[in-house]
Amino acid sequence: MLHYLIWIFIGGLGATALGGIALHRGEAINAIWFITAAFCVYAIAYRFYAAWVAATVLAVDETRATPAERLDNGRDFVPTNKWIVFGHHFAAIAGPGPLVGPTLAAQFGYLPGTLWILIGAVLGGCVQDMVTLFLSTRRDARSLGQMARDELGPFGGTAALIGTFAIMIILIAVLGLVVVNAMKHSPWGTSTVALTIPIAMIVGFYMRNFRPGQVLEASVLGVFLLLLSVVAGGFIDRDETLRGWFDHEGLTLAFGVIAYGFAAAILPVWLLLAPRDYLSTFIKLGTIFLLAVAIIILRPDVNMPALTPFIDGAGPIFGGKLFPFVFITIACGAISGFHSLIASGTTPKLLTNEHDIRMIGYGGMLLESFVAIMAIVAATVLDPGVYFAINSPAGIVGADAAAAVAKISSWGFPVSVETMQSLAAQMGEATLFARTGGAPSLAVGMASIFGSAFGDGMLALWYHFAIMFEAIFILTTLDAGTRVGRFMLQDMLGNVWPRFGQTSWTPSVILTSAVVVAGWGYFLYIGVIDPNGGVNILWPLFGIANQMLAAIALCVASGILIKCGKLKYIWVTGLPLVWLVTITSSAAWEKIVSADTRIGFFAAAEDLSGKLNAGLLPADRVGIAPQLIFNLHLDAWLTLFFVGILWLIVLDMLRVSYRHLAGKTVPPLSEAPHVPRRLVESWVRD
Amino acid sequence: MLKPIKIFWRGLRRLSGDDAYERYLEHRARRHRPEGTHPGGEPLSKAEFFRRRLEDKWDGVKRCC
Repeated sequence: MLHYLIWIFIGGLGATALGGIALHRGEAINAIWFITAAFCVYAIAYRFYAAWVAATVLAVDETRATPAERLDNGRDFVPTNKWIVFGHHFAAIAGPGPLVGPTLAAQFGYLPGTLWILIGAVLGGCVQDMVTLFLSTRRDARSLGQMARDELGPFGGTAALIGTFAIMIILIAVLGLVVVNAMKHSPWGTSTVALTIPIAMIVGFYMRNFRPGQVLEASVLGVFLLLLSVVAGGFIDRDETLRGWFDHEGLTLAFGVIAYGFAAAILPVWLLLAPRDYLSTFIKLGTIFLLAVAIIILRPDVNMPALTPFIDGAGPIFGGKLFPFVFITIACGAISGFHSLIASGTTPKLLTNEHDIRMIGYGGMLLESFVAIMAIVAATVLDPGVYFAINSPAGIVGADAAAAVAKISSWGFPVSVETMQSLAAQMGEATLFARTGGAPSLAVGMASIFGSAFGDGMLALWYHFAIMFEAIFILTTLDAGTRVGRFMLQDMLGNVWPRFGQTSWTPSVILTSAVVVAGWGYFLYIGVIDPNGGVNILWPLFGIANQMLAAIALCVASGILIKCGKLKYIWVTGLPLVWLVTITSSAAWEKIVSADTRIGFFAAAEDLSGKLNAGLLPADRVGIAPQLIFNLHLDAWLTLFFVGILWLIVLDMLRVSYRHLAGKTVPPLSEAPHVPRRLVESWVRD
Repeated sequence: MLKPIKIFWRGLRRLSGDDAYERYLEHRARRHRPEGTHPGGEPLSKAEFFRRRLEDKWDGVKRCC
C-alpha cells in the first residue's frame, strides 16, 4: 500500500515539475524544477517501463550464463560486480556530446531541449542501449556490425561498418573544432590543454615502466598534475613572453590538433591514449558529480525564456526550425547511436547476470541523459544576451563588439560591451565574443555555478578547469576515434591487400592513420576557415550521422524481435525507429533542398558562387570561397549518402521481416544456446 | 565504521582496474589446476599482463561522443 502511495507521489511531483517547466512564462524559473522533473521521469520510467521491457519483451533470464561467465578468461571476459560494470559502461558512453548538444540547442529556449532529452532518453535512447546490450549478451558479446550481418544479411553488416566509419570522421572533426574554438586566442586555455599531453605521458611511463599496473597511484598523480596545469596556465597567461607562445589563431591551433591526432594514432597506446583515458575518466566522473552537487546546493535561476523567437529557423548558432533540428542537435543525451557500439562488444564481456541489463543499459543512459539536463541548466542560467554573445559566430553578428551587442540586443536579449568585457576579465580571457562550439559558454555557466556554490574568488580557475575538463575527454575521443578509424580502414584494405590488414605493419599504420587524420582534418580545416563558424554545418551533420547509427541499431533490434515471434511488442523499438527515420530524413531534406542559405547546402553554395562571380565578396573571403563552395557540395552529398544508407537498411530490415512473416527463409537467429548459470552471486557481488 | 571505507576502496580499485592482476591470478587459481598444466602456460608477469590488457582494450570502439 505504502509502495503505491510513494509511486503516486513521485508521479504527481514529476507531473507538477514538468507542468511547471512547460507552462512557466515570464520571470526566471528555478533550476531545481528541472532536476526534480528529471528524477521523477527517470524513476517512473526505470521502475515501470524498463522493468516491463526487460521482463516481457526481452525476457531476461537470470538462470542463463552470460558470455562473461561462459568465456571467462580472466582478461577481457571477466564476470564483474554490477556497479563496476555500470561505472565502466557510463564512463564509456558519456563523452562531450551530451554537454555540447544541449548547449547549442538552448538557442530555442530551455523547453524544447529539456523535453526531448527526457522523452527521447526514456522511450528511445535508453531502450536502444538496453536492447542492444541484451542482444549482444545473448550473442557471445558480438559487435553491432557482426549482429547486423548475422541477423539481416551481409548488406546490414556493411552498412553498419560504413556508417560507423563516417560518423567517426565527422565526430572527430566537430569535436576538434570545439577544442580549437575554446583555445582560440586563449593563452591560459591553450597552455593548460597543451600541458595535459606531457602529463598523460608521465602517467603512461609511470604505469608502464616505473610501477607497472599501479593504476590508482598513477591516476592520483595525474589528476594532481592536471589541477596544477590549470593553475600553471594562469601564470603563463600573466607572463608577457610566455603568453605569446600560446596565443594563436584558430587555423594554427587546428593544424596543431591535426598533428597531435596523427602522432596520437601512431604512438603506442600506453604512452598517450591509455593514461589520458584514465585521467579523463576520473576528471569526468568527479566533475559531473560536483556539478550535480553544486546545482542542488545552489539552485540557480534559469534566465533563458522557455521558447525563443529562433524556433522559426533564424537562430544565430545554427540555422533550422525547431522541427527537426532540435532532435538532430541533441543526439547524445536523448538517443545516441554511438552507444550501441559500446553496449555491443565491450560491456557484455563484463556482465555477470542478465538481470543487470536493465540497470546497466537503461540506467546508464538515464544518467547520461541527466548530464545533458545539467548541461542545459548550465547554458540557460547564463543571461540570454551573454549566451548569444558567446555562441554567435562573427559571420552572423559581426566581428566588432559594439555591432555584435547591438544586433543581439535587437533580438530582445539585451547585453552590453561592458558586461562582456568584465565577464571576460573575470574568466581570465581576452574576449568571450563569438567563442562558438559550446565549450566556452558551458565553461562560463559551470564556472558561475561552481563559483557561487564553492567560492566566488576563483572564477578564472573554475573557467579554465571546465575548459580543461572538456578538452581532456574530447582529445581522448579524438585519439581513440582516430585509432578505431585506422583499424577499420586497415580491415577494409586487408580484404584487397592482406598485408595492409596487419594492424602492426608500420607502413600500413602510417598510411591508414594519415588517411583517417586527413579525413577529419579536412572538415576541421574548413570548419575553422568558415566565417559562419563551422559548427552550423558540422554539428547537424554529426547529429544526422549519429541518429543514422541509432536507426541501424534499432533496425537490427526490430528485425530480431520479429524473428523471435514478438511482433506484438515491435513498437518498443519500432516507434523510436520511425521517429528517428522521420527526423533524420526531414533534417536531411531541409539541408539539401532548403532555399535558406543558412540551412540548405546547395542554396548556400549557389549564393556564395553568385557573390563571388559578381565580385561582392570582401577581399579576405575571395581566396577561401572556392573551398567553401566545394565543401558545401561535399556536405550535401554526404548527407544524401547517410540518408541513403539509413533507408537501405530500413528496407533491408523490412525485407527480412516480411520474408520471416511470409514463412520464407531468413538468416537464422544467432543466439548462443542456453547454458545454466553456475556462478554463486556472493563472490561476484561482494 | 571501517567497513564502508573498505567497500569504497575495493570498488575504486576494481573500477580503475588497479586490482586486475590480482584478479587474474585468482582466476587462474580458481581453475584448480596444478601450476604448469594451465592451458595458457605459466602466468604472465604483472608488467606483461598490463601490456596485453592495454592491447585488448584499445582495439575497438571504447569511447563515445
